[in-house]
Amino acid sequence: MFNKKECVAMLLAGGQGSRLYALTQKVAKPAVPFGGKYRIIDFPLSNCVNSGIDTVGILTQYQPLVMNDYIGNGQPWDLDRLHGGVHILAPYQSQTGANWYQGTANAIYQNLSFIERYDPEYVIILSGDHIYKMDYDKMLSYHKEKGAAATIAVINVPIDEASRFGIMFADENGQINDFVEKPAEPKSTLASMGIYIFSFDILKKYLIENENDKSENNSKDFGKDIIPAMLNDGQKLYAYRFDGYWKDVGTIDSLWDANMDLINPNIPIDLYDQSWKIFSRNTGLPPQIIGKNARIQNSMVTDGCIIDGTVDFSMLSDGVTIEKDAIVTDSIIMPGAVIRSGAKVEYAIIGENSEICEGAHIGRRPEEMPNRDEWGVAVVGQDIKISSGAVVAPKQIISENM
Amino acid sequence: MGTSNMGKVLGLVFANMHDMTVKDLAKDRTMGSILFGGRYRLIDFPLSNFVNSGISTVGVITKYNYQSLIDHLGTGREWDLSRKKGGLYLLPPFSNVESKLYRGRLEAIYGVLNFIKSVHAEYILMSDCDVVANIDYKPVLSAHIESGADITCIAHTGQHNTELIKQSTVLTVDDNNVVKDVLIAPNLSGVCTLSLNMFLMKKNFLIDLVQTAIAQGRYSFERDILQSKLNDIKIVAYEYSGYFKKIYSEKSYFDANMDLLNLENCKELFNPRRSIYTKVRDNPPAKYGLNSHVKNSLIADGCVIEGTVENSVLFRGVNVGKGVTVKNSILMQDTIIGDGSEIKNVITDKNVSVGNDRTLISSDDYPMFIGKGASV
Repeated sequence: MFNKKECVAMLLAGGQGSRLYALTQKVAKPAVPFGGKYRIIDFPLSNCVNSGIDTVGILTQYQPLVMNDYIGNGQPWDLDRLHGGVHILAPYQSQTGANWYQGTANAIYQNLSFIERYDPEYVIILSGDHIYKMDYDKMLSYHKEKGAAATIAVINVPIDEASRFGIMFADENGQINDFVEKPAEPKSTLASMGIYIFSFDILKKYLIENENDKSENNSKDFGKDIIPAMLNDGQKLYAYRFDGYWKDVGTIDSLWDANMDLINPNIPIDLYDQSWKIFSRNTGLPPQIIGKNARIQNSMVTDGCIIDGTVDFSMLSDGVTIEKDAIVTDSIIMPGAVIRSGAKVEYAIIGENSEICEGAHIGRRPEEMPNRDEWGVAVVGQDIKISSGAVVAPKQIISENM
Repeated sequence: MGTSNMGKVLGLVFANMHDMTVKDLAKDRTMGSILFGGRYRLIDFPLSNFVNSGISTVGVITKYNYQSLIDHLGTGREWDLSRKKGGLYLLPPFSNVESKLYRGRLEAIYGVLNFIKSVHAEYILMSDCDVVANIDYKPVLSAHIESGADITCIAHTGQHNTELIKQSTVLTVDDNNVVKDVLIAPNLSGVCTLSLNMFLMKKNFLIDLVQTAIAQGRYSFERDILQSKLNDIKIVAYEYSGYFKKIYSEKSYFDANMDLLNLENCKELFNPRRSIYTKVRDNPPAKYGLNSHVKNSLIADGCVIEGTVENSVLFRGVNVGKGVTVKNSILMQDTIIGDGSEIKNVITDKNVSVGNDRTLISSDDYPMFIGKGASV
């Protein structure tokens, strides 16, 4: 017998993150290193624990090894519990056959039995590719107060970016009367954050109906199918406005931006707030060693780094080495990467355990570009060696040794 | 000789031994819970060494001031010592009606004799918390068995300074490393073989030694066993030639921390194949501000630095304000240095807060110590 839980969280972490290219060659997007000592999934997981949600199912599919290893028994997030805790939910074989997760709704449908064990009133659906700090308990209170069938967290986005999101139309009470997934010509700026709270009985009914809909245009997706179906039936859907920091990190540019936001003192995401810690798996590395030739400003650096070069406006993950006379500016260096003496890394992302040899030059400053349209963040994937003196141009994405 | 034999070893840590040598630092805590190297406490070294050597049953003997130690150790999970079979045992005084505050190592062991008897172990490896090192104990056990020693003392032969020798036990050994003489706190200088206060012996042998000694009113392991019984039992020194620092005074504590600024020392002590474990605090990364100038320093996560830091060790969560200069100093957990202050040759304990535009400068040979929680 399982202890009853009021609310169970289901975290969608199976996406490939194809727009992160070389960075997600070996890991799923939620397991991509972020902010020095975190991985993207630390944010929703920590939000769960800080919001009092202690039962979390993590749905994995693409490249699950690193993710499974990272989550382990959930102890770093305080999710190793007697009842509930964190569970990795991979696609499985059943009597009726074996199916990959075919869409976000189908992934939850295939794990209905996991949710039912806890007999919850509510289910919160989260995705593993957003950086934000949010109290889900407040959203749940709002959901209850409105007597909603579903509540969708929304944030105001600039109108020119609205076509990238699911866009909502809500009345003055917050009730949603229309929803369009990625509209070509958006007429509202209320964007879905991909966070849904459902009253479980209603969700279950719609998931089963959706599963039985064998039509070809059924993509088994929350945004495309479940939410429109509920709206169509006149279910009460509410928009929950969030006005804190929130960033989708699904692209190279947004991943770079979000890391830089952590360094910017004017951006309201405070990792140093003791009351809402973001937890991560500890590496057990010693403190960072700053050498006699080091020069570090406007940067974040974490355990196990050995720095003897110049670092400015950069984010360094654990165990990174920056040798003497190496220069790293406006860049993200992922765990275990080594920047050798005399190498220069500008506006770049260097993947885990990659090595940039002596005198290599990765990326360039935008102001040095004759044609600004050719400028962009340069990316070196995981476990890559860039040999001495090699040059990686802006916007280039390197997924093989060079 | 693999890890299987190491499974027969019980590790015993003496958390309070040598407290008196570092009175200020051990004022509210045991020697074992003194902060070290930016994010560690001294007990992390013996515990990690045990665990990395395959010893998974460890008793920690305490005397007083052990609240911070208990808080640090918890269930022992961070050292992988939260086990169903074996694991971490905290052994405070007064654990039975007859026990009292011990005077020496033998009485301390006598106080936990029931625990020692009940543990399924063939050997006992004892360690204090005054030596910072990354030691593999597997070859020590092999050497112990091979030499047929009753007691193996881990020791280091080399040039040691007079102050250190005065706070140590010195061994005279023959060509086979058999101990021929034991000097306690001698006034010597030059090359000598220094005991690192780590001893390996059979469990039943130790139980006999302790029961006999207590019956005779004796309590010092060094004086009443190593010295007195030298001719009756075989004591062998195991030469440890790797990196270590012994802490025997506030100055030596300061120097041992500063010694980590040498990259080679740091790499040897924090060998990634044999990590030193500690309690996790979930700090964000360290943040270096617009005008930060940091050189030759050890910086832990959670620090926010907006000033100049040179030749210093900053523990987790230290805040260095704008226009601040910190030189040759050790700032422990959550120390705050207000804007415009100047700090040189200072040790601040946990949660010390220094206001704006203060000047705290001490001489190079005697660092100033500021106690836990003080506001300057």
